[in-house]
Amino acid sequence: MTAITTANLTPTRWWRSRAVNRFTRHHLALAGIAMITLLVLACVVAPYALPYDSLNIDLRARFAPPLSGHHYLGTDPLGRDLAARLLMAGRVSLLVGFSAMLLSTLIGTLVGVTAGYRGGWIGAALMRMVDGFLSYPSIFLVLALAATLRPSPVMITVIIAVTSWMETARIVEAEVRSLREREFVQAARMVGLRGRNIMFSEILPNAMGPIIVAASLAVARAILLEAYISFLGYGIQPPLPSWGNMLNGAQQYLASAPWLAIIPGAAITIAVTSFNFIGDGLRDALDVRDDHI
Amino acid sequence: MASAPLAAASEDVALSVRDLTVSLPAGMERVHAVESVSFDLKRSQILCIIGESGSGKSVTANAIMGLLPKSIRVSSGAICLEGMDLVGLSSDRLRDLRGRVVSMIFQDPLSALNPLMTVGAQIEEVMASHDVGTPHSRRSRAIDLLIEVGLPDPQLMYHQYPFRLSGGQRQRVMIAMALALEPAILIADEPTTALDVTTQAQILQLIRDIQRRKGMSVMFITHDFGVVAEIADSVVVMEKGRCVEQGSAEQVLKSPSHLYTRRLIAAVPRLTGKDRIALEAAATASVLKVECLVKTYRSGSALFGTQRIVPAVNGVSFDLTPGRTLGVVGESGSGKSSLGRLLIKLLESDSGSILFEGRDVAGLSEAEFRSLRPKIQMIFQDPFASLNPRSTVGHILTAGPVAHGMPYSEACERARELLSHVGLDSGAFDRYPHEFSGGQRQRIGIARALMFKPKLLIADEAVSALDVSIQAQILELLDRIQRETGVSMIFITHDLRVASQICDEIAVMHRGQIVERGPPSQIFLDPKSTYTRELVAAIPGEQPRSLPQHVANP
Repeated sequence: MTAITTANLTPTRWWRSRAVNRFTRHHLALAGIAMITLLVLACVVAPYALPYDSLNIDLRARFAPPLSGHHYLGTDPLGRDLAARLLMAGRVSLLVGFSAMLLSTLIGTLVGVTAGYRGGWIGAALMRMVDGFLSYPSIFLVLALAATLRPSPVMITVIIAVTSWMETARIVEAEVRSLREREFVQAARMVGLRGRNIMFSEILPNAMGPIIVAASLAVARAILLEAYISFLGYGIQPPLPSWGNMLNGAQQYLASAPWLAIIPGAAITIAVTSFNFIGDGLRDALDVRDDHI
Repeated sequence: MASAPLAAASEDVALSVRDLTVSLPAGMERVHAVESVSFDLKRSQILCIIGESGSGKSVTANAIMGLLPKSIRVSSGAICLEGMDLVGLSSDRLRDLRGRVVSMIFQDPLSALNPLMTVGAQIEEVMASHDVGTPHSRRSRAIDLLIEVGLPDPQLMYHQYPFRLSGGQRQRVMIAMALALEPAILIADEPTTALDVTTQAQILQLIRDIQRRKGMSVMFITHDFGVVAEIADSVVVMEKGRCVEQGSAEQVLKSPSHLYTRRLIAAVPRLTGKDRIALEAAATASVLKVECLVKTYRSGSALFGTQRIVPAVNGVSFDLTPGRTLGVVGESGSGKSSLGRLLIKLLESDSGSILFEGRDVAGLSEAEFRSLRPKIQMIFQDPFASLNPRSTVGHILTAGPVAHGMPYSEACERARELLSHVGLDSGAFDRYPHEFSGGQRQRIGIARALMFKPKLLIADEAVSALDVSIQAQILELLDRIQRETGVSMIFITHDLRVASQICDEIAVMHRGQIVERGPPSQIFLDPKSTYTRELVAAIPGEQPRSLPQHVANP
């Protein structure tokens, strides 16, 4: 998405633009970026750096608490290294979160731009469809879908995306509807550009700010949703770890081995709040209307 | 000159500004928004501050009111009012003075009024916030004020919301608010710029009347020398934050001493009663022939009986021969912009015909009309809104031709050629619109319209958003282009002075109909319809003369 953020700025010196300047003054957003970068790096590198594999069972060291012996974050009831599982789960959870965000932003943007630009009965039909989707409590929809379909990371991603694109569609539709009336769009019609061209190469770049903000918040929500589903047992299936199903496994040992719940819980909290901070920072940086004047 | 030290506040000076310097935040194009500006506002006089956009005239007004944004501050100088220096006064003291001693009216009365409060409540709020009167006395005072500013039916007006009022009525409400506490000084920041000529004339008259009746001092900010000629007692001319000339209105208007003032006065579009020297017409067949064109706006629902029907264009007919310019003039809401958009089919007409080169295009679908689009092009009003902020100038110019099948390299070549033709260097090709000034952007807009070698160019208020000196340059450019290419032009404007300079023929529109049509000499010197006569009489500044004047023609 970063390539698109830079598109609104002059090609030279974009890092000195006001949007970037405003973003860098948002300390929480910078902290969010740092946390997410660390988390992603850890998840990518960890399996090669840690002494244990996430599936390696060490029965002699069952329920080892954190910082004891060679297991930095302790072990689970089967004696598997918690640090290795946490970071392996991070791969799955972050990947599901990112892919669901990309997919839902894509669907939402397509629907929103088409509905906003075409208007009339096409727009009305599309937006009523959005209302229809929104009127289902999405967590039940997700659970119902997950229970009937075979759960795999790809399927979970698709399910999350299909139930969370509506907000983006609404934001984009409103934005495009107001942009459509602007003179530069009329000018594009005047020189005879086709509708498709006007929608995606004239209007869409101007609606990028709100889309990016919505997308960053969508990652946070997708990670949470994946955790819900997996926690309830309909999501990512063991032995493949995810933050949600690690919590599920930790339920029955809450009193005896609380770290089993606290550690993946903290990972979810950190990831979600970081993405929310980034979203807030982007909103402040990009939503100022007069930036380009 | 600015530096001439004047005697400290004497009896007849209401407000005196001494060496006022306002600095801008680092990284802006200038260090100071206003630099050592000094002037006196005499009691019971109207002082006009005139300058182009960016000359610092509004910043000066806001500094006096203590309304500068946080990032801009007064760095030195003094603003003396009743023996007090307003610079460095606490915000509480300033708030107390605002409205009571100094009041201000703004350019855009719609955004300056609270849309959620009735007119009466807003006027009363001014008094209530200064603890003046009782709720009952405030109410009767508000109604008195509405009478004073000449609003019809004040009892009813008291309960109206701003959106129900016309631009002129809103400006009257603003004036009523400003007068609520009988201030000694009124600051008017371009109060008539957003209004039609006839409304402008009424508002100027009102300000003049009230000023005389109450003996108020008025500081009037404007960019229009016509307005200065109408109401000013004395004038301050500002350029790039500096005061370059000041003196009595008579002196500045008749014998300007500074070069910049002379240039500004020369650039003011004059009403010429002279007809334009026509191009030798090669063909006499008309490029465009419009017959009984009708467009009606409908809103609300016929089913629920809430439908509103507004006839925007109501049976308009005219024809245009190659190489000639037809001016369409009228007030806002007269349907002139709708007409322009109908001709280029950005709006669909309800009935009537548009014969372009003998072919009726009114009924064509978008797909059928697409191949004709290159022949009819438009220059838009707002140079800021009409260029896509996220596209390079190169993309803006080449997108259309490329979509019509011109090879990209050829389109680029033509774009660069046209950029230099309209007076921009070809380096502009890779830059973004926000890097250009308003006048330069309008040149890009013109280049875009010329990319196709059009037969008909529709200019919709193409110079209205520009400073007068830039206006003159753009008019000259359009004139040159027409002479070189023989393109026909429809020039839509609300400014009769501008129309008189560039048009071969003028059509006056009123409520969707053409009420009078003829060459400028007839329209301005011998108008037939009463409406045209009203329009011509409302033009600020001098009255039309048949003397040869500054004309765009060579």
